[in-house]
Amino acid sequence: MTAPYYEVFKALTPEVMLAVAAFITLTLDLASLRNAAPSVRNRTLGTVVVLGLVASVVPLWQQLNDARLVILGGTLVVNELTAIFNLVIVVLTLLTVLISIDFDLGRHVGEYFATLLFGAIGMMLLVSTEELITIFVALELTSICLYILTAFQKSTLRSQEAALKYFMFGAISSAFLLFGLSYIYGLTGTTNLREIAQAVQSNGPSPLMAVGLLFVIVGFGFKVAVVPFHLWAPDAYEGAPTPVTAFIATGSKVASFFVFTKVVMLGFPAMEGSAFWGGFSSGWTMLLAATAVASMVLGNCVAIVQHNVKRLLAYSSIAHAGYIFVGLLAATSMGVTSVLFYIIVYGLTNLGAFGVVAALSSRAGGDEMENFNGMARRAPFLSLMMLVFVLSLAGIPPLGGFFGKFFLFAAAVQRDAQNFGLLWLVILGIVMSAVSLYYYLVLLKHIYVIDPKVKDRIVTPTFLNVALGLVALAVIGLGIWPEVILGLLKALVAQL
Amino acid sequence: MRTDWSIYISFLGAGMIMLLPRNSKTLIRWVALLTGVAGLLIALNGYFAYDAWIKTQTNLSDGFVQLVNVPWIPVLGINYHLAVDGINYPLVILNGFVCVTGILFSWNIEERVKEFFAFFLTLIAGVYGVFMSMDLFLLFVFYELAIIPKYFIIAIWGSTRKEYGAMKLVLYSFVGSALVFIGVLAAFFAAGGTSFDILTLAHHKFAPEFQRWAFPLIFVGFGVLAGMWPFHTWAPTGHVAAPTAASMLLAGVVMKLGSYACLRAAMMLFPQGLEYWKWWIAWIAVIGIVYGAAVALVQKDFKFIIGYSSVSHMGFVLLGLATLNVRGMSGAVLQMFSHGVVASLLFAVVGRMVYDRTHTRQLDELGGFRTALPFAFWTFLIGGAASMGLPGFSGFVAEIQVLIGAFLMSPWLAVGAGASIAITAAYILNALHKVFFAEEEHATAAGHTAHGHSHGGEGESRWSLPPITVPEVVAGVILMSLLVIIGLYPSIMLNMITPNVELFLKGLNVP
Repeated sequence: MTAPYYEVFKALTPEVMLAVAAFITLTLDLASLRNAAPSVRNRTLGTVVVLGLVASVVPLWQQLNDARLVILGGTLVVNELTAIFNLVIVVLTLLTVLISIDFDLGRHVGEYFATLLFGAIGMMLLVSTEELITIFVALELTSICLYILTAFQKSTLRSQEAALKYFMFGAISSAFLLFGLSYIYGLTGTTNLREIAQAVQSNGPSPLMAVGLLFVIVGFGFKVAVVPFHLWAPDAYEGAPTPVTAFIATGSKVASFFVFTKVVMLGFPAMEGSAFWGGFSSGWTMLLAATAVASMVLGNCVAIVQHNVKRLLAYSSIAHAGYIFVGLLAATSMGVTSVLFYIIVYGLTNLGAFGVVAALSSRAGGDEMENFNGMARRAPFLSLMMLVFVLSLAGIPPLGGFFGKFFLFAAAVQRDAQNFGLLWLVILGIVMSAVSLYYYLVLLKHIYVIDPKVKDRIVTPTFLNVALGLVALAVIGLGIWPEVILGLLKALVAQL
Repeated sequence: MRTDWSIYISFLGAGMIMLLPRNSKTLIRWVALLTGVAGLLIALNGYFAYDAWIKTQTNLSDGFVQLVNVPWIPVLGINYHLAVDGINYPLVILNGFVCVTGILFSWNIEERVKEFFAFFLTLIAGVYGVFMSMDLFLLFVFYELAIIPKYFIIAIWGSTRKEYGAMKLVLYSFVGSALVFIGVLAAFFAAGGTSFDILTLAHHKFAPEFQRWAFPLIFVGFGVLAGMWPFHTWAPTGHVAAPTAASMLLAGVVMKLGSYACLRAAMMLFPQGLEYWKWWIAWIAVIGIVYGAAVALVQKDFKFIIGYSSVSHMGFVLLGLATLNVRGMSGAVLQMFSHGVVASLLFAVVGRMVYDRTHTRQLDELGGFRTALPFAFWTFLIGGAASMGLPGFSGFVAEIQVLIGAFLMSPWLAVGAGASIAITAAYILNALHKVFFAEEEHATAAGHTAHGHSHGGEGESRWSLPPITVPEVVAGVILMSLLVIIGLYPSIMLNMITPNVELFLKGLNVP
């Protein structure tokens, strides 16, 4: 079989563009910028990366209109849905780059941006594959880049500790994942998700298959940080340089959730089981229900006692992973639509929040809550943006987070609507989001209510303000007019 | 102009204020005031044009004037549907009046003026939205939108234990809205999952067993904000912590959001659930009425008295709703309006006229304000009279109707609720005596010499206070006139409320 090289190239153009940009960045840095001032290096190299990212939008835009491509038995699948999510990843990477330009990156600026881009390539491949080996390879590419980026503040011990912890947990989770994948391959003789689904359908679920699926879920559980596989997240979030935290919390989460949805929905519809109240039966929905319950309860309750903003957001994102699982385990097309909508909103919102934290904490002397006291008077614009992002996370209308959460829960109730089989999870989720409002308000209290110790104004670069302002507008827009993206997603999920 | 412009104008005003420079305080105040007045005028215009507008409607039988009804999120059958009828119109104009007078009573705020009025107008816009929403999802959106600004207004500009009071209030309302959220989702899917429109859902025949558990979810969820006993404890602490304008808004309109949404969502969707639970609601309401009044009687803090009296008066609203007859329900709706005005007026006296000048609210430290602040005295006298339910004021018209309605349901309910009127008179007169008279005894008890002799002589009070300002007089007069106008000529409002309540009850088709 000869590979259709032209089509492979067409499908991979966006990724290739990012790779080229990465190499240009490395070369440029090595050749002529080693001795330049840090701010010049940041800005020059950042601009190159931004150009590369913007250039990759063009082929992605084209993919939106092209017919779907399936290459090498699902190794690469390019359709509108993957194009949309690749665009989302590009946008998230772009924003991460903008935040990074304003951040002290140390001596290895070129390496930083190149690693960031390689990570983004991994995420994009993750989005556009339906094949187990590629999933694993792409996941490793992303993860290894993120381990390196986490350790990037070489002089701070926290960063090292976080990276080591992240790496250890990540490596173990990869082992789990690979182990599970090997079982699945062994039992079905294929690595293509759709063929696996057929094999499972015809052979029926076997105990070994269940072990394989369990291990895969454990592996992904680590990547998306749900309880009980969440232990790395708070430390990694806190220790990593804040732009990297933003990238881990958004880009990698979006890609992991997307591919996880694909794995369970395309590969294992026959092993769904049931999480209906009073009608539990084993299958992946029940596993997800258990982790969702644990994540929502633990994430929200532990977030209450946090004093560090990044740690607080880490626990909040654990809780959000729980909400997302509630939508996913509805295992309907509405459920998938709601998950996809939510991860877009969630990615943008969290990126915005970490962006504000990155911009302000480096100027306010730290990322503890106290450092943000009275920020509304020191940096009114970014504080207002933070208000939008945090309230969106809390699920307050008319922001995107509210509608996203509403849609997730609506999808869960819709499954088995006659007997309200999943209502128990929704009730728990809603009660827990009432709990979450408390700690989000405590954070906003520090920003808006408490008087600052130092009263001098904090000035942030205009490009960053504009970028974060646009993100906030997008978050508001997704809440006020969700139909734009929702209608599109719904139509595309139906074709899946 | 269509009444929904009141919503947009308030949002616009908030947006404009955010763009103004923070130091031009006078400009900000005037922009806020003009926005408030514009919103009020639009609402009033609609109120008086209602009879003409209703004749242009295609569907005359339900009494609604449709304002706007367009698809918003078709995937879930959510419409942007606003409409007004005789039940929510009084509340819409109430919100307008409280907004304008609240801004006038906040004229003396000097700290972070810009943020204050931006939050204030956002809250106002949310409240207008709730009152006009005819789509369950939309109502919920506006309802939640109104919760958050309250937190900031209280936590930033409040007084006694402000952060605690603010957080308690917001968490209580949010837990309440969590219950509502569950009920709303359940109702949507039980009705087939095609529409969130309240009127459509109201035509759906929900199974009685379903109504039995879904009704209390929504009713209690909204009831939390209406100060329903035993979930009322946020109300006194919240009211006390809040700055004057926010207490006015809280007691004046935000509590009405709860009771109005109970009526519009819970009762309209689940009439059989209501039928099943109505005795519980009625007795809980009576307990709230008596309990609130009794606790108000023993308070030492002037503002706590008014705070608990709000719980008591809101009990009348819930009782009126539970009676399910025309008299009781009309009374409940009128009581929402009347108490909104009374509470605003009393909180203005306590918070703005007295506390802002003396920085104390302890009854034992106050006294002699009849001579020191005659305007405050007359305002409190009229507000207190309306609160006690004296004939000639709006409170009387409303409460007597609720009592008649309750009597028709069961005489014991009327006896229970009626008993509270005596307690109300006691605590109002007690406060009146301690704050406005009782000069000498307090003066000596507190060790003040009051310049030797102060036996009622004009201008010889121990207080030397800044005089009452023009905005206070204007706002006070507006609210007092409302009380008297409704008291003397109730049909200006009842002519609108009663026919719509009849239509409402007919639509419920309770077996």
